[in-house]
Amino acid sequence: MSTAPEPGHAASQQSAPVPTEPQIASPHGGPVHRDSRRSFLFKLSLVLNGAVGAVLAVPILGYLLGPALKRDQEFKSWIPLGAVGDFPEGETRLVDYRNPVVTADDGATANVACWVRHVQGDQFQVFAINCAHLGCPVRWFPQSHLFMCPCHGGAYYEDGSRASGPPERGLFEYQHSIVNGKLMINAGQMPTLSNRACNQKPLIQIAPTSSVQNEERS
Amino acid sequence: MAGLKDRAFGIYAWFERRLGLEKPISEAAAHPTPPRSASWWYVFGSAATVLFMLQIVTGILLALVYTPSAGEAWASLEFLNHQVTLGWFLRAIHGWGSDFMVAIVLIHMTQVFLFGAYKYPRELTWIIGVFLLLFTLGMAFTGQVLRFDQDSYWGLGIGASIMSRVPWIGGQLVHFMLGGPIIAGQTLSRFFALHVFILPGVLIACVAVHVWMVLHLGVNEWPMPGRIVSKATYDGEYHELTSTTGVPFVPDAAWKDAVFAAAILLSVVACALFFGPFGPSGVPDPAIIQTAPKPDFFFLWIYAVLAYLPPELETPFLFIAPTVVIVGMLLLPLVAGEGEKHWSRRPVAVLMVAVIAVALGVFTHLGTYTPWSPIMESWSGDPTPTYFLKGRSPLERQGALVLQNKQCRNCHALGGRGGMRGPALDAIATRMTEDQMIRQVLQGGGNMPAYGKALSAAETRALVAFLMTLRGKDNLAPAIDASRTLTQSGAMRVPMVRAPAGKTP
Repeated sequence: MSTAPEPGHAASQQSAPVPTEPQIASPHGGPVHRDSRRSFLFKLSLVLNGAVGAVLAVPILGYLLGPALKRDQEFKSWIPLGAVGDFPEGETRLVDYRNPVVTADDGATANVACWVRHVQGDQFQVFAINCAHLGCPVRWFPQSHLFMCPCHGGAYYEDGSRASGPPERGLFEYQHSIVNGKLMINAGQMPTLSNRACNQKPLIQIAPTSSVQNEERS
Repeated sequence: MAGLKDRAFGIYAWFERRLGLEKPISEAAAHPTPPRSASWWYVFGSAATVLFMLQIVTGILLALVYTPSAGEAWASLEFLNHQVTLGWFLRAIHGWGSDFMVAIVLIHMTQVFLFGAYKYPRELTWIIGVFLLLFTLGMAFTGQVLRFDQDSYWGLGIGASIMSRVPWIGGQLVHFMLGGPIIAGQTLSRFFALHVFILPGVLIACVAVHVWMVLHLGVNEWPMPGRIVSKATYDGEYHELTSTTGVPFVPDAAWKDAVFAAAILLSVVACALFFGPFGPSGVPDPAIIQTAPKPDFFFLWIYAVLAYLPPELETPFLFIAPTVVIVGMLLLPLVAGEGEKHWSRRPVAVLMVAVIAVALGVFTHLGTYTPWSPIMESWSGDPTPTYFLKGRSPLERQGALVLQNKQCRNCHALGGRGGMRGPALDAIATRMTEDQMIRQVLQGGGNMPAYGKALSAAETRALVAFLMTLRGKDNLAPAIDASRTLTQSGAMRVPMVRAPAGKTP
């Protein structure tokens, strides 16, 4: 880098006037008209960039909104929780399963817990771990036949119905079925107030024969 | 020596000729400030900016080690805490810096509000400031998520549950927020991008505009009772004030900003040194449900409000209240852009600050000890105080066992230990009669679940027998069922007189 004395401000002011670009004049010598060729080209370039932007926006929005555009059913599948014999009648037990939709870096977060209540015979109830109030993990107390939430004090009876506290409804319940002596649930997304699919019992319980058999084989 | 000085000046001149920054910088530094505004009350904005810079620097340093992956984030935090040289200290500075920044931004906003500095022509400065507050809170929340532990995991669950209550598009919003169907790898990646790229970028841009407007419009003058702001005359008055009596911002006012900023930075360092980093708490494994999640300090008040809202009011409140508050703050300078600036002439403003401060303080305090939450381990961890067992019959002692075994203590304290969800039972027999107790236990009500199905007749009898002995340490008089006394003393004859002849009840 040169360290020779620089001309600085004062010097630049003293220098000869810089030749300026010739003024754009209209053919009649009057002021430049607004609709000149250059301003038209400038406007055209804006329109062009707007169009390119719109074209770019489609894949960007599609990428960004990807998870929101999927339907609930795409996340869900039938998951085996264990043999019916593993759940003693009249008891409610904590069961973990691996979420069917996973990515490589999910780690332990793809583990999901749920409460399985074996009422009697083939009668089961499978409750989500998430409180219907704000999603905290509820705990089962067999002595008092209650689920209690540690966050805001919601409580539920053994059949999942609301007992007290801020929740406005009972526990979320997974759709379940028994296939070849195994308890299966239809799950795959965090249960919240917006996805009713997990608490509404289907009108006809259709056993997921093909998918279940595939899973059993694998 | 002189040659060296010339040489240095030469280098400076070389750069200055090309950058041309000397003039704008010296003009900005020396801009005339109203003399009384060179005050200790005017140092919070610059302190917030300095804290923001501290957060950027420490954040970048943490990002050198932190792994934004749901499977590894927790381990990388532990690695930072225990293996990386001074990693714990950097985490502590970043964590405490965050708390200080939120606090200073809130104080700055309160000061601006009370000094009427949002009035003409500084309306837009205030509006940008409102967004700066929201983005700062956004940084605090997303930062809490990056500390990927149990609290962070279930905090995200609370966020998703709130989102799910949005009408019509709640489900889509949840998936958009989580980046998938559950809280997992993509959720953390999203919040990492928010915390590290999006929000800081927006914050830097907003801070630049905010500071530019302070320079462009000048520092707010010290408010005086009776000095009315009017759009017609303000500009002339402010120009008159600064051009006749104004002092250059540097050095007359800037030294106070610098001293305060240094004191704040030192406080952050001291807190980091003495109190250490925040967490991480337990592993973010949702299969481990033995947890009582809690948000960070500045969100405790929301946690408390959510516990106290009646269920049917919750969803409307969650969405209407924040909208009203934010729109109100944004519209404030447009609605009240003129008039008195001094707090002594604005009683409503002072009252609002007082009410909001007290409300936030009370809810934050409640949020620290969560009286609405059952204490999950109380039934097995807190023994029945012995003075409640002395001289009791076997049936009553059996009842004490029922009280313990049926998790009553999770919500009801005895001898000062146990949950605070329901009333303490130390003197329950002085407030309720036997019949009332049986009804309450079996049918529940008033936030108590019904235990009718969970208790056998014998258990209920024993439990109520024990509860009937709980009359405090001083053995106060028991509650009396007045109607029973009446029937037993024969006073029932009075209604019998009124009954039709020939019929006995």
